[in-house]
Amino acid sequence: MNTPRFSTGQRVRIADRTPPVHHRVPSYAKGQVGVIERVCGMHGEPEKFIRGNGMPAQRLYRVKIPQTDLWDSYDGTERDDLEIEIFEHWLEPAE
Amino acid sequence: MTDHDHDHSKTFQPDHPEPTTDAARVGLALRELLIEAGHYTADEEQVVIAAMQGASPENGAKVVVRAWKDPAYKERLLENGGEALREAGFDIEPYEFTVMENTEHVHNVIVCTLCSCYPRSLLGMSPAWYKSKSYRSRVVREPRKVLAEFGVNLNDDVDVKVHDSTAECRYMVLPQRPAGTDDWSEGELAGLVTRDSLIGTQRDLQ
Repeated sequence: MNTPRFSTGQRVRIADRTPPVHHRVPSYAKGQVGVIERVCGMHGEPEKFIRGNGMPAQRLYRVKIPQTDLWDSYDGTERDDLEIEIFEHWLEPAE
Repeated sequence: MTDHDHDHSKTFQPDHPEPTTDAARVGLALRELLIEAGHYTADEEQVVIAAMQGASPENGAKVVVRAWKDPAYKERLLENGGEALREAGFDIEPYEFTVMENTEHVHNVIVCTLCSCYPRSLLGMSPAWYKSKSYRSRVVREPRKVLAEFGVNLNDDVDVKVHDSTAECRYMVLPQRPAGTDDWSEGELAGLVTRDSLIGTQRDLQ
């Protein structure tokens, strides 16, 4: 188990990229800024399952994003949010 | 095709309809090849299928009732869902298990926008609407409207939290225990818990 690069509460930006292989980041989340909701375990990297077994494993996080940041004219409160699982290599620290 | 000796009767589910699409035929062919190549056996496959078919929302209801009756267990369940699940005699390895608690001011709802991830080995097969493109695309964008269509009408003093199951976690909502059920038996309490309340498309149990 490696040391997690990010910790709970830290602000992160999800990378905006589209590798030409199966990956587990939906387009609506790409480029978004959120905070780490929790640090999860180590799992095979989805992009690496196309050839091989996904190793080396990557750290997984749950990232919380305000709904009003995700969607123009979101119909709800400013406290509504969405939580999504993102692997470490898709995250960078955000201001 | 005379020299292969694997047992077809073991590689097909007897009640499974004949494939009607190319994709389904490719899927079945792949499965036979994997078994022939020795990656797993037909018997191992049957064990997994039987476990999934044997699971039902009643399993989730048992976990919910235990959490309602035992505050220390509830704390462990919310902190580390996987361990608390094993403690209750269930397991959804290799996935992580994450339980989200509904409160007076929070409502949780679960979706998998990328496919249809669902804790099948705990809750059984997912409902058809959970796998529909409509639910998957809309509940992230307009959760309050989708929930209202399910009969869950939320005021602004209730925050909505959508959980997109995009990778290795599987989710269950811990619904609120209805008032006036303090002296109910475990069986009576379990009878309140529905599949939809564990996904978050139902809020009030009755």
